[in-house]
Amino acid sequence: MNEKEIIARRVAQELKSGTLVNLGIGLPTMVASYLPVGLDVSFQSENGIIGMSALPDPGLAGGNLTDAGGTPAGALPGASAFDSAMSFALVRGGHLDVTVLGGLQVDEEGHLANWMVPGKIVPGMGGAMDLVSGAKRVIVAMTHTAKGEPKILKTCSLPLTSVRRIDLVVTELAVIEPTDEGLVLREIAPGYTVEDVVAATQAELRIPVPPRFMKVDPEELR
Amino acid sequence: MYKVNTAEEAVRRIPDGAVLMIGGFVGIGTPQDLVDELVRQGKKDLTLIANDTARPNVGVGKLIDAGLVSKAIVSHIGTNPVTQRQMISGAIEVELVPQGTLAERVRAGGSGLGGVLTPTGVGTDAALGKQTIEINGTPYLLETALKADFALIRARSADYSGNLRYSLTSRNFNPLMAMAADFVIAEPDEIVPVGCIEPDAVVTPHVLVDLLVAKGATL
Repeated sequence: MNEKEIIARRVAQELKSGTLVNLGIGLPTMVASYLPVGLDVSFQSENGIIGMSALPDPGLAGGNLTDAGGTPAGALPGASAFDSAMSFALVRGGHLDVTVLGGLQVDEEGHLANWMVPGKIVPGMGGAMDLVSGAKRVIVAMTHTAKGEPKILKTCSLPLTSVRRIDLVVTELAVIEPTDEGLVLREIAPGYTVEDVVAATQAELRIPVPPRFMKVDPEELR
Repeated sequence: MYKVNTAEEAVRRIPDGAVLMIGGFVGIGTPQDLVDELVRQGKKDLTLIANDTARPNVGVGKLIDAGLVSKAIVSHIGTNPVTQRQMISGAIEVELVPQGTLAERVRAGGSGLGGVLTPTGVGTDAALGKQTIEINGTPYLLETALKADFALIRARSADYSGNLRYSLTSRNFNPLMAMAADFVIAEPDEIVPVGCIEPDAVVTPHVLVDLLVAKGATL
């Protein structure tokens, strides 16, 4: 199991039946592959659909139905399609229960930066600012470090996506919850120690004793 | 009113320097024949209002490739490295707008509103130069309406009067843009007799559409 699969499997456990969920492009999209059996979640894609699914067969790819990255997708029975104003009214209006996004940096205030690296790459915010500002619950799914450098920092150095505090960070090393008292280390991944997580994190972590282990299969982990 | 024409004749109406709204999401739901015709006729110095700049040689990315766009008002350019290179070199001015805000600015433009108040972007770089207004203790950004000279729309079906219906995720910004431009050109996949699109299925009423482009039409 690679680090992205570990993250996706752990995030999938956060989703509850009867909710509307938006998965970002890339790693967050993998979450849909690891939903517990029987869980009834509706997926919104911000390009205008509720009820999006993976493409059931490559031969069924059509030009009028893709995910937000432009990749051909499917739709489940009961799906609905709408325009971009409606799509973001759902996001901002308190109708979206969970958004799962990737991240470049998260800081001690629970701020997320994920839309540009000044002078290097400026993809633009797309729907990320609306999603982080508007979703009831924001889960960041990202690798713990980038090229060995911590991504969980005292203060984000990159432009923020929102001043709203996100709700949970899931990495291949840990599950961390931003709170009024700062970042709380909720879980560590099997095979790692608290010291490993602290060493890979620039931000100060509040650490309950003893820490819990992430519920991903330890035999598959290492 | 008979409003069907060729893409070539429709695009002749568009002058250099025009402000264009073009539907589509990474190329999905973009009127391809109209974009190809803009490139063929070499319309220059365009202002493009769209969700994104798609990819090189895809959708409105073709306008970027050909160097026809001098300003882009979009939410995302991450899928198009050509746009990023042109932005860094100064060949194109890019105004990045959060996607939901872009949708509302276009909707406001087509609805007779001066703008909208949104919590999106408060306290971030997206708030720079914008007025923050507090309502019942919550701060909102004042985002102004957007309008265009022309909207280029992709639809699944049109009837001969111009009523439009859309398909799945190719709908995206199209119905919003059809409200917000002085002149609206729609490129449907098919044109059907009046009455074949039932009233409840019409998303864009015919009064909003000035011209339909028919594939392979000769007039």
